[in-house]
This record gives sequence, C-alpha cells and structure tokens, in this order.
Amino acid sequence: MKPRVAVIQFPGSNDDRDALWALKALGGDASLVWHAEPELPDGTGAVVLPGGFSYGDYLRCGAIARFAPIMDAVTRFAAEGGLVLGICNGFQILCEAGLLPGVLQPNASLSFICRDAGLRVERTDTPFTSRCEPGRRLVIPIKHHDGAWFAPPELVEELESRGQILLRYEDNPNGAVGDVAAVTNEAGNVMGLMPHPEHAVDPLLGSGDGALILASLLDAARARTLLAI
Amino acid sequence: MRATVVVRPKEGILDPQGQAVEQSLRKLGFAVEHARVGRVVDVDVEASSAEEARERVDAMCKQLLANPLIESYEVEVHE
Repeated sequence: MKPRVAVIQFPGSNDDRDALWALKALGGDASLVWHAEPELPDGTGAVVLPGGFSYGDYLRCGAIARFAPIMDAVTRFAAEGGLVLGICNGFQILCEAGLLPGVLQPNASLSFICRDAGLRVERTDTPFTSRCEPGRRLVIPIKHHDGAWFAPPELVEELESRGQILLRYEDNPNGAVGDVAAVTNEAGNVMGLMPHPEHAVDPLLGSGDGALILASLLDAARARTLLAI
Repeated sequence: MRATVVVRPKEGILDPQGQAVEQSLRKLGFAVEHARVGRVVDVDVEASSAEEARERVDAMCKQLLANPLIESYEVEVHE
C-alpha cells in the first residue's frame, strides 16, 4: 500500500515539486494540496510543508503562511497524531504556527547559504529517522537565509531532556542555538528541519541521505494508515 | 485612530542586521557603540477611545506583529 502524502503548496513555495517527486520516487502516493483548501485529502497519512518563500517571507518567515486556510486542517491533523514534516520554510511556518518550539532567525552571517551540511542523527527511534542507524552521519544540502534556530536556554534544556532534538549540524553554518538542525514537538509526530532531504534522494545529485528521512516518514505513514483501516 | 507599533529584537538576542549597520556607521566615521534594527508598523484601527485602540493593537502584536520569543514591542496611539 502506498501511503498518501499531502504536500502543501503555498504562494511562494518553490520546493513543492521536488518534494512531490522525491516522495513518489520513494514509493509514496504524494499529491500537491493548495493552501486555500479547507481540508486535507481523505486518507492522508502524512503532510509535508515544503521549502520556499511563502507569502514573500513578509513580516517574518512563515508568519503569514500560518493563516492559510489549510493550516487549520494541518493543525487538527497534527493534534490527532498525524505525521507532519516541515522542510526549511515549512519548518519556519510550523514554528510560527506554534506546532514546533522555537523560531528561525536570520543566519548569523546575514548571507544566504547554499551548500551540503554534515548532520548528526541524535535519535533513530522516531517516525522521521527510523531508517538511520544509530550514530549515522548524514549529508543533506541547506539553502536558506533565515535558518538559525533559536529558543531560550531553559526551553532548549527541556527539549534536550525530552529528546526533541533529532538532528544537529557537525559544523554550525548559521548560528543555530545548540547546533540544532531539526526539532520535533513534544508528542514526536511533527518535525521541522532546515536541510532539504528532498534534494538528496539520488547519489547522482551528490547525496542520497535525504531519502533516509523521507523513507522513514513514508514507513510511519504506511503503518499509521494500515492501523486506521 | 492611528497607532504606531515599534518591534525590536529583545536584549541579548543576536541581531546580525544591527551589527552590520553598526559596522557600516563606524566605517563612515560615526562613533557608535550599539545599533539594533527593528521594524515599525503603522495601523489605522477602528476604536472609540485611545484605550480601546491600544488594546486592539496589543492583541495584534501578540498574535502576529511580534514573535514574543525574540521580539519586544511598544505601541503608541496618536489621538
């Protein structure tokens, strides 16, 4: 059975088609869902918020997109335990929507950074990293201007103690607190990451490591969908 | 009623834009120690009193105009 994945398309998304392609290539039944839709398609097993510059990044990155009509449905889906993955701008949107802790700030260098990033997988017992072996190192590209994840020290401590930090940069490219590249919500069913797994699903493009993240998501979405049937 | 909102990066929050502005001012020969960059939002809000306007704009700040993790804000109502 192919798990159904909704890739949300906001005005200004630009990695939506790459995410769609990657999820399909890995065996997912992925489709684009326009931001103005009030509901997710029936049988949705996972939601992906793709990268880009939704609403021109006006005010703060992700601050406007969280008011898109589809976000009510995404919030309900997440509250029911549905799997939600936010990539780059999608991560920014989830933070602004309060579905993930923290906020993404401009890179410390103030430069747009576009390069491969080495990542350390902190946990492998999650719906987003289950395909990784413990201690696995991943190489996945980053491309962002506002990628420095920030949370106050007491919040970072809480997240660490609850195991909500899933990926860290080996060589912090953007000034993120604690080298954080990916965090989850407390329940563990929503994750955001700045690196782009959808750009790293074929070794021909430099790395296939992103496939481990997306295939983990598809495994978990398939398992959830089978349970629901 | 017109209100002006000033949003600032909180003290202690890294502000690379402010740092870049500070360096540029120094290069121009200005003796500056500390520059922080925020943003200004002017809104015309329907309200029957300045107090009501302030409450409404305060709610706007909390819900959208500022992110409380990293930003502080001040509201000025022009009567």
